Amino acid sequence: MSRLPRGGRAIAWAGVLTGVLAGLIALPPIEIRSAAAPVVVGLAALTVGIGSWIRGERRIGAYAVATGVLGLVIGYLATRSSVDKLDAVVVWGALFAAMLRYATPLAFASLGGLFSERSGVVNIGLEGMMLTGAFFTVWGADDTGTWTLGLAIGIGAGGLMGLLHAFFSVSLRADQIVGGTAINFLALGLTTYLFVKLYGSQGTPSNISTIPAVHLSFLGHGFVGDVFGRLDLLIWVAIALIFVVWIVVFKTPIGLRIRACGEHPRAADTVGINVYAVRYGAVVLSGMLAAAGGAFLSLGFNGSFTPNMTAGRGFIALAALIFGNWRPFGAAAACLLFGFASALGVALQTYSLSISTLFTALPYVITLIAVAGVIGRSIPPAAVGRPYVKQ
Amino acid sequence: MSETVRQLPEEQLPVSPSTLERYRILQKAGGLVAPLLTVVLAFLISGVVVLLTTGSVVDTAKTYKGIFDGTGLDWFFHVGSYQIGVPFTSARVWFPWNTNDISSQAAANLEQTLLLWTALVLVGLAVAFAFRCGLFNIGGQGQYLAGSIAAVLVATELPHVVDLPGVLLILVSVLGGMLAGAALAGIAGILKGTVGAHEVITTIMLNWIVIWVGSYLFDVGGPLQTKAAGAAGAVPASTDIPDKAQIHVFWGDPLFQGLDVGFFVAIASLVVYYLTLNRTTLGYEVRAVGHNPEAARYGGIGVARNYFLAMAIAGTFAGLAGALDLLGWKFREDITDIQSSSIGFIGIAVALLGRNTAIGVGLAALLFAALQTGTASRSLDPSIFPPELASSLAVIIQGLVVLFVGADVIILLALGWLRRRRPQKAATAT
Repeated sequence: MSRLPRGGRAIAWAGVLTGVLAGLIALPPIEIRSAAAPVVVGLAALTVGIGSWIRGERRIGAYAVATGVLGLVIGYLATRSSVDKLDAVVVWGALFAAMLRYATPLAFASLGGLFSERSGVVNIGLEGMMLTGAFFTVWGADDTGTWTLGLAIGIGAGGLMGLLHAFFSVSLRADQIVGGTAINFLALGLTTYLFVKLYGSQGTPSNISTIPAVHLSFLGHGFVGDVFGRLDLLIWVAIALIFVVWIVVFKTPIGLRIRACGEHPRAADTVGINVYAVRYGAVVLSGMLAAAGGAFLSLGFNGSFTPNMTAGRGFIALAALIFGNWRPFGAAAACLLFGFASALGVALQTYSLSISTLFTALPYVITLIAVAGVIGRSIPPAAVGRPYVKQ
Repeated sequence: MSETVRQLPEEQLPVSPSTLERYRILQKAGGLVAPLLTVVLAFLISGVVVLLTTGSVVDTAKTYKGIFDGTGLDWFFHVGSYQIGVPFTSARVWFPWNTNDISSQAAANLEQTLLLWTALVLVGLAVAFAFRCGLFNIGGQGQYLAGSIAAVLVATELPHVVDLPGVLLILVSVLGGMLAGAALAGIAGILKGTVGAHEVITTIMLNWIVIWVGSYLFDVGGPLQTKAAGAAGAVPASTDIPDKAQIHVFWGDPLFQGLDVGFFVAIASLVVYYLTLNRTTLGYEVRAVGHNPEAARYGGIGVARNYFLAMAIAGTFAGLAGALDLLGWKFREDITDIQSSSIGFIGIAVALLGRNTAIGVGLAALLFAALQTGTASRSLDPSIFPPELASSLAVIIQGLVVLFVGADVIILLALGWLRRRRPQKAATAT
C-alpha cells in the first residue's frame, strides 16, 4: 500500500481521472446526452489540476489540466453530435488498434532517441532517420522482392545516417542540434531525389512485399480480439522492444556505461569506458531504431512511400521521450497518448472532415502542455548536447 | 613550441608578412573563408549526386550552369543599352540592363530570386536573432505562416478595418502579421524563460499547430474558406485580398509575381537588426544572455525577460516575411501552401551560413534564394538533368551546407594545425 500516491499527489491523480471521465461519460457505451455533464466534470478536473499546480504538484497537476480540457472538449462535441455518428466514430476496439498503429513508429523512434540522448548526444535528426528508413525499406523490398531484406536495408540506411550524425557530433564536435537539423535536410533531399528518380510520378509499386500481420484468431471478436487480433508484426516487436530497452538501459553493464557517458563523460572515461565508442554505438543504434519506425510507417502502415511522409513524427517522438522523462515506459506511454489522439483524429473524418483537420493539431497541443508542465520533474541526462573532448 | 620561436633571432623568423600577421589575416578571413569553404564543399559533394545521375562531368557542369542561368543572376552580365521608367513619372531614361521581363527571361528570374530573397532575409533574421540570445528558433515556419494568416484575415475579414484606404490597410495587415508572429514565438520564449521548456520542441510543436489550425480555417467546410464563385474544385483557400491591399510592384508584372516594395523592407530590416543588436541596450542584453545566461543573470540582466523579447522580436521578423509575401504576391492563403511551404526551414540554413550577422544573412539569403529559383525554373535541359529532381538537389545542398556549418571545427582545427606547423618549420630551419 505504501506505493499508492498520497495527499496532494492523490488529489492530482483524481483530477486526471475526473478529466478522463468528463470525456468518457458522453461517449459509448454510456452516452449521456446533456452537454452540461461533460462541461461540469471537465471544469472540475481543470480546477483540481490548477489547484494541484499551485500547491506544488506541478507535473500531475498539468496532466489533470490537460485531460480536463481534453475531456471537456471531447465530451461536449460528443453531446452535440447524433448518436448514430457517435457510434460510427467511437468504436473502442478499432480506436485502440489504430492507436497502437499510430504509436508504433513513434515508439521505435522514441526508444532510438533514448539511447542517443542517454549517451549524451541530442538527436534532433530522428525525423530524417525515420524518413531514410521509410524510403530504403520500400526500395529494398521492391528491389529484392522480400520485406525482410527490405527492412534490413532500411535499418542499415538509418544506421548510416546515425553514423553520419555521430561522426559530426562526436568526432568533429559540431553543434548537435545543428548537425541533427542537417540530417533532416539531407534525408528529405536524398529520399525525395531517389524517389522521383526511381519511381517518378507513378509512386512506389502497389505489389511490394509488405510486413505481414500476426493473426491471433483465438482472441475472438470481443474488444481484446478487435485490438490485438491482427496487428502488424512490427507492432509486437515495438511492444517487446520497450521491455528490452528497459532491461538493457537499466539492468545491464552496457546500459550503465551508456548512462555514465550521458551523465558524466569525464568520470566514465576515467574508469576506462571509451566515451567516443559508446556514443557512436548509441547514435548508430538510434538511427537504426528510428529507421525501423519509418519502415513500419511506409511498408507496414501504408505499403508505399511518399516524399516527406514522416511529417514531423520524429519530433513528436523526441517530445514523447522528454514527456516520458527519458525512460522507456514513460516514453511508450507518451507515444500511446499521441497515437490515440491521431487515431481519434482519423476516426473523426466520418463525423466531419474539417473538425478532423483541426483535431490533427491536438497531439502537438498536448506536447506543448506536457513539455511546459512536465519540466519541474523531467531531468535530462546531465551531459546531453555537450561534445566530449578526450584529454 | 612558442618558447622556441621567441628565442629565435629576429632575422631567422619568416620574412614579412610575419607569421603572426598571417595568422591574424587568416583569423579575420576565417569569418569569410569558413562559410565560403562550406558552400564550395556542399556544391562539390552534391556535384557527386549530379554526376551519378548524369554520368558525365561535362553534364554535371552543364547542370550547374543551367541552375545558375535560372537564378537570374546572369542578368547583370548582359550589359547593353536599354531604358527604364523613372518612378512616379512617365519619363524613361537610359539604363545598362534590360528590365523588361518579356524580352529578358533573366529579368523575370531575377525578380523571382529577389522576391524569395526578401522572405529569406526576414526568416533568416528570425532564426539569427534568437541564436544571438542562445535560442534555436526552429519555429520560423510557423511564425511565417502565422504572419501570412493574420495578414489575410486582417485584409479580408476584420470588420471596419477592411474599409480602410489602401496604404493604411496594408500597414494594419502587415502589423497584424508581425504581431501574430511575435505572439507565436513569444509563447516559446515565455515557456523557456519560466518553466525551462526547450525552445526546439516548443517551436516545432507551434509550427504544427499553426499548420493544422490554418488548414482547418481555410479547408473545405472550414469557417474562413472563400465563398467566391468559381473557387470550388480548386485548392481550398482564403478569400482573395482586395486590390487596394496589394503591395506596390515596382519591377515586373504585378499579376505574375513581380518584385514588390517589400524588397526594401527586407533591406531596412537588415539595418534594424544590426542596429538593435549592436547599438541598443536591448541588443547588448540579448547578446549577453546568449553568451552566458548565468553570467548575465549575475550581472543583473533578466534572463527570462530577454528570452521572451528575443523570441518575440524573432517572431516579428518571420511574421513580417509572411505578411509581405501574402500582400506582395500570394494574395490568398491556400492549404497546400500552408502544408508544404518550407521557407522557415531554409531560414535556418540562411542564419547558420550567415553566422547570424546582418551582412552574412543578406549574402546567405541571396545564395539560397538563387539556388531555389535556379532549381525551380525550367531552364534545365531535360536531356541532361531531369528538372523534377532539381528541387530535391537544392534541399540536399542546403543540408550539406548546414552539416558543414556545424562542423566549422574542421576549419578551426586546420587553422590551428597550420599555426602549429609554421613555427615548427621555422624552428627546424635553424
